[in-house]
Amino acid sequence: MFDLSGKTALVTGASGGIGSAIAKALHDQGAVVGLSGTRVEALEKVAAELGGDRVHVLPANLSDADAPADLVKRADKAMGQLDILVNNAGLTRDNLAMRLKDEDWDTVLAVNLTASFRLSKACLRGMMKRRWGRIIGITSVVGTTGNAGQTNYAASKAGLIGMSKSLAQEVASRGITVNCVAPGFIATAMTDVLSDDIKENLLSGIPCAKLGSPEDIAASVAYLSSNEAAYVTGQTLHVNGGMAMI
Amino acid sequence: MSNDVADRVKKIVVEHLGVEEAKVVESASFIDDLGADSLDTVELVMAFEEEFGCEIPDDAAEKIVTVQNAVDFISENV
Repeated sequence: MFDLSGKTALVTGASGGIGSAIAKALHDQGAVVGLSGTRVEALEKVAAELGGDRVHVLPANLSDADAPADLVKRADKAMGQLDILVNNAGLTRDNLAMRLKDEDWDTVLAVNLTASFRLSKACLRGMMKRRWGRIIGITSVVGTTGNAGQTNYAASKAGLIGMSKSLAQEVASRGITVNCVAPGFIATAMTDVLSDDIKENLLSGIPCAKLGSPEDIAASVAYLSSNEAAYVTGQTLHVNGGMAMI
Repeated sequence: MSNDVADRVKKIVVEHLGVEEAKVVESASFIDDLGADSLDTVELVMAFEEEFGCEIPDDAAEKIVTVQNAVDFISENV
């Protein structure tokens, strides 16, 4: 099940906790994987962990407008074609709306949403020709529920869901599916720094009573990438331990 | 030259839209006469670009609605 031999995948934000787990899961299923991100050393480290010749490091700074098209070109060149795109790169600039700077709104929307659209657009041509493609956006539970202090982030993640549904309708007849995975609270470097009090409070709202792991997210991406998920499109798979049942 | 272009354009249209060759006349509209949807027209333009080794910008592509439009654009720009 979920065999990805002969497929190629580009994962953005691949040096992060969730991104590297996604890259590993796709690689484990047999895919050739392109790792993108801004931190070259961290990407090289993930590449070394995966090992072998089915991995490529493709650094890019997605806040540049031209970067997405250029990245897809380089991914095509390195891997021969691009079958699976995982829009995982994202950043936060949290603040209460009344204190949020325009610049922090713009930056979050530019990387989380606009770059994801441009990357998706750039890889459609090849996917349409081959009549096979997977575009997967890593959104967030807060894109659906909202979260105080994250107007920009939640808007970008909700935007990703709307974009994916629309794109899914455009290209479904060509064998291309477009879906999202929406993590809840996942144990990463970002949640490690939270105090015990805050963690306890957080867990009380999660029926599974624990944080998710990056591997929980990666497994969902591997499924949506596979042939077995060919009839699933325009969907958002919520992986959140039951904290929000949507 | 233009006959050659017209033949190659028609061949692509026949292959991509799966229509009878006789229906692919110069005045035929891809959408109204040949049953293409909007995504088909995007794919046709992609196929023209590959066949003729050219790039058709988005604003020009939007104006290619008939077989003759395609032949004219390619004849003038390739």
